[in-house]
Amino acid sequence: MANRHTAPDTPELRARWGSFVFTEANIAKADKFIASYPEGRQKSAVMPLLDLAQRQVGEETDTQGWLPMPVIEYVAAYLDMPVIRVLEVATFYFMYNLVPVGKFHVQVCGTTPCMLRGSDELIAACKGRGMEKGKVSADGLWTLTEVECMGNCATAPMVQINDGNYEDLTVERLDAVLDALAAGGTPEEGTQEPGRHTSEPSGGPTTLKEMVTENHDYRGEW
Amino acid sequence: MSLQDKDRIFTNVYGFQPWNLAAAQKRGDWDNTKDIIARGNDAIIDEMKASGLRGRGGAGFPTGLKWSFMPKESKDGRPSFLVINADESEPGSCKDREIIRHDPHKLIEGALIAGFAMRARAAYIYIRGEYIREAQTLQAAIDEAYSAGLIGKNASGSGYDFDVFMHRGAGAYICGEETAMIESLEGKKGQPRLKPPFPAGAGLYGCPTTVNNVESIAVVPTILRRGASWFSSFGAEGNHGTKLFQISGHVDKPCVVEEEMSIPFRELIEKHCGGVRGGWDNLLAVIPGGSSVPLVPAADIMDAPMDFDGLKAVGSGLGTAAVIVMDKSTDIVRAISRISYFYKHESCGQCTPCREGTGWMWRMMERLRTGDAAVEEIDMLYQVTKQVEGHTICALGDAAAWPIQGLIKHFRPELERRIHEHNAQFAPETREAAE
Repeated sequence: MANRHTAPDTPELRARWGSFVFTEANIAKADKFIASYPEGRQKSAVMPLLDLAQRQVGEETDTQGWLPMPVIEYVAAYLDMPVIRVLEVATFYFMYNLVPVGKFHVQVCGTTPCMLRGSDELIAACKGRGMEKGKVSADGLWTLTEVECMGNCATAPMVQINDGNYEDLTVERLDAVLDALAAGGTPEEGTQEPGRHTSEPSGGPTTLKEMVTENHDYRGEW
Repeated sequence: MSLQDKDRIFTNVYGFQPWNLAAAQKRGDWDNTKDIIARGNDAIIDEMKASGLRGRGGAGFPTGLKWSFMPKESKDGRPSFLVINADESEPGSCKDREIIRHDPHKLIEGALIAGFAMRARAAYIYIRGEYIREAQTLQAAIDEAYSAGLIGKNASGSGYDFDVFMHRGAGAYICGEETAMIESLEGKKGQPRLKPPFPAGAGLYGCPTTVNNVESIAVVPTILRRGASWFSSFGAEGNHGTKLFQISGHVDKPCVVEEEMSIPFRELIEKHCGGVRGGWDNLLAVIPGGSSVPLVPAADIMDAPMDFDGLKAVGSGLGTAAVIVMDKSTDIVRAISRISYFYKHESCGQCTPCREGTGWMWRMMERLRTGDAAVEEIDMLYQVTKQVEGHTICALGDAAAWPIQGLIKHFRPELERRIHEHNAQFAPETREAAE
């Protein structure tokens, strides 16, 4: 288990977030989520609603977003749930940020498959750029987190930054991605290895070569 | 004989072609699904049993048999549910991601057929929260299937009503455990439930539920189109079919590839991964099935067949077929210690042996990494793993214990060497006393 703590519940926090409500667009999304579950089971929607709330906070603060206590209370009221049940969920799952994060949440995977392919160097490179684990950098741009296996092991090492994955990284390739983000650009997601498409062997697939150039239908050969 | 392209199920696994419905249909998905459904529930289940498909999520339980545990009729009005486990989080595993982002219609069609066979009213696909782009693709594919009338009311014109919903997780490995997944779907912390009752009796919302892995479901339409005997013609007895292997670590070209079950390890690596980095003599050990299974030293894995029974015979397991290759440059103690940290991080905290044990084992592993320990502590660590294993509600405790047991079994001399080296440098008097 990892220790997770909520941000202190201060009068300033209440003043800033006490009046939080979903935007109209998010109300429509929230109600669609709730409709995915049977009648009376609306609390199943607590996870998508917390995500939605975090994203809205992100938009309002120009960061990845986080969950201040009043926002958690708002979600609880929205779903007619006790606040403690929502707080339990918010603290149990790691993707809910319980404290403010930067504009870019740089999540470097450090689990063994990435470690074997050089994630140590990536973490060192992030630290070299002034990022600190769990802290927001002075310019408000960066928060560094070492995360557990992200399921990109055949294109390791990788980082996830907000919604995008950047795979097959070296320090130089990571620097290029981070520089582009800092400059307001949108670096291409996925593998950063030139010539590689996704998770095929580097240099071209060893199987299903017809598929590279055409949407081949193999049924004729069955 | 090696697997030919025409016998590969996931033909768009690398995403060179679009994932959308039109492209998927051209590849053969959703081709007269109505006819498959018209065969009837029991005929489908029997065909799946005959195919020899064993669950692709790691445990390898026969899929058809699992479906047959679902009630044939609801005596009290409770509906049944299919839950599809797309919470792929086992370190090394990255196959469900490729299915979801490049071939999602195979999964959705499989959900309908499997759901119909087990008489479920809806499927919930629980996708891990970190698969953000993948979830966007999956939701778009579900929407396409609804618009085309393939799922929903009178799905594919079969007369059967079936819904498919996606539920995103939020970063908790434990939710890949089936009862934790059900808890999470109900809007709670993902802490596993005691069994019994088993999900087939009382699962999601207290209703009969079957939880299947993404790959297990996505292969269903092709198996039913080509027949059980086609699928069972691949792989050794009891280990049939094709399988997505995911090779990571110290090979020249890590990749995901669909191969025949029981393919020898050496052939798999030579054929698709360009060999081991630095040559075969440079191979140290392999974790053949995701972080939960014990490592296998080079000499034992070389010619082992990559299937459930073949890897069991070398003291490990196929798991999710996530093959983590380590060459001789690897700090093997650190590699396993990092896995211990993973389990410490992911323990849900419900059972004391796991909550306390995973942290203790990781701290001990870190001391062994630097050699800051006494030789007797190796045995003590082994004993503690035995006290965790089998003493928890779910298998996370076992999964945390096995990698360490594998390390001690195969690399005890290395652990002892580090201890002696460390103590010679920092605690010479201890060494003298020991001598």
